[in-house]
Amino acid sequence: MTAVSEAATSSALRTREATVRRFAFTDMAFRTATRLSAILVLVLLGGVAISLIAGSWEAMSKFGFSFLTTESWNPVTENFGALAPIYGTIVTSAIAILIAVPIGIGIAVFLTELCPRPLRRPIGIAVELLAGIPSIIYGIWGLFVFAPFLQTTVQPFVIWLFKGIPGLNSLFAGPPYGIGLLTSSLILAIMVLPFITSITKDVFDTVPAVLKESAYGIGCTTWEVTRRVTIPYTRVGIMGGVMLGLGRALGETMAVTFVIGNAHRISASLFAPGTTISATIANEFTEADGDLYTSSLVSLGLILFIITFIILALARYMLLRIDSRTGA
Amino acid sequence: MSTAQSLHQGRKRKNAVMMALCVVAAGIGLAWLALILGALLYKGLAGVNPAVFTEMTPPPGDAGGLLNAIYGSIVMTVIGIIVGTPIGVLAGTYMAEYGRFSKLTTVVRFINDILLSAPSIIIGLFVYELMVRPMGHFSAIAGAVSLSILVIPVVVRTTEDMLNLVPNALREAGTAIGAPRWVVIRSVAYRAAMSGIVTGILLAIARISGETAPLLFTALNNQFWSSNLNAPMASLPVTIFQFALSPYEEWQQLAWTGALIITLTVLGLSIIARSLTGRREDR
Repeated sequence: MTAVSEAATSSALRTREATVRRFAFTDMAFRTATRLSAILVLVLLGGVAISLIAGSWEAMSKFGFSFLTTESWNPVTENFGALAPIYGTIVTSAIAILIAVPIGIGIAVFLTELCPRPLRRPIGIAVELLAGIPSIIYGIWGLFVFAPFLQTTVQPFVIWLFKGIPGLNSLFAGPPYGIGLLTSSLILAIMVLPFITSITKDVFDTVPAVLKESAYGIGCTTWEVTRRVTIPYTRVGIMGGVMLGLGRALGETMAVTFVIGNAHRISASLFAPGTTISATIANEFTEADGDLYTSSLVSLGLILFIITFIILALARYMLLRIDSRTGA
Repeated sequence: MSTAQSLHQGRKRKNAVMMALCVVAAGIGLAWLALILGALLYKGLAGVNPAVFTEMTPPPGDAGGLLNAIYGSIVMTVIGIIVGTPIGVLAGTYMAEYGRFSKLTTVVRFINDILLSAPSIIIGLFVYELMVRPMGHFSAIAGAVSLSILVIPVVVRTTEDMLNLVPNALREAGTAIGAPRWVVIRSVAYRAAMSGIVTGILLAIARISGETAPLLFTALNNQFWSSNLNAPMASLPVTIFQFALSPYEEWQQLAWTGALIITLTVLGLSIIARSLTGRREDR
């Protein structure tokens, strides 16, 4: 009798041990799988960097540093320089940010200070929907709706307005094509607006109510509270949002490809067609014949990758700083 | 009027002006959305007819539809999601559950955030170097891989955020009744964070279904019906790109209709995603 029960206990013990062992094994397997997936994210970014460097090797070793300072882009003589696309990328992104930052901050102030509470969420979502619209939609809209509008109304007026003013008259020189650097900048501004707005709104929400209330308490107006309390308190976060927007604008491809005009030259006029790094790659990559041509395009990609990596890393660093301050 | 009074008036005036400008800014934001959607509906609806969903992309100057492009988009999006989602969810699980305080998590989070906003055309170049060049030809599978690389960071981010919101007491309760860690994660943490994780996947679908740049030189395009994953495949965004820049009126009309289809899909997905988490996040 006792022997039987002992046998049963020991077999139960054995099953339990086996179960525990099995659990430990599955747990280890699951843990390793998750860890490997996390490491894969790092491998991906590393792989991107390595493949771009490998792909750009041929052009880099042929042209060297002069690749960055040459304006000529000639597939026939196989002479390539990245200056015009780099110029176009930086100019369009800079103008886009200059336009989008004040508007984005304005919308954030409107949403946090002025907007009636029931409208706050719908308007916030509407602005964020702008971020969800694929970039090719901005492109087709920009080409068929926005550019003709600029060409027939805004650009002739601006050219006429600044005709006699030195400096400005070469910046806004005709003929009005509709497409060009300025049109791309405006489209980019619309595209980065939601990023800047939603981050600015989020960091505005981290300002302690006590700070704002004490400013209101000594008689400040809403604008003064925003200007002297909210914005200084959240400066780092806003900068982070702006950098994030800049990162987006620099790498934006399809929308720009539609409206920039794809001309490999640097013109003083913002109404002239130009090109950006991403637009050049998108337009020419599949048609590129010859290894040197392809390699030059990959080199452009590498330059874009390095620029955006630095900008995005700075953005994340700034946003991390504001996160750690609020303890969020 | 005394100096103090006029100062006060001046401040009030300045405030009114600045606040009016903020309202104008919000108006501008909403107006753009309305303008773009309005143009899309106006131009896109004109071309909506059954042929769009039943016929192939036409040769220049002919009538036709977008069937092969829609099919290609769905195939590559589905493969992209199937490949990308498990990796993203597992990586997010590591960061929120096993390695919440480890150094690896900090690094991965930083790199993942950069990957999240990295230009998608760079991903296209990467997959070109990784797959198209060694294989010697463009293929749908290369397109799907580049889409899956875009899926991963979105899913990692939302999975980690959502798992971090799960109260620790729930996990402790699971552990206290003897469940091993992976059972706790599977049956407690995942279940509690389910709506958030699904939101992340929906957002990822919304993101990749409109992506053009990474497909341009991975999946290329295809004028004809093709279900061969090892051959170039058409997709809606690339077809729109090609048709919109063409001089043919029929092609441009199809481009607008395709643009309308994509936008409605993407906006629909993001609104569903928002309503899934909206209840929880409503502060």
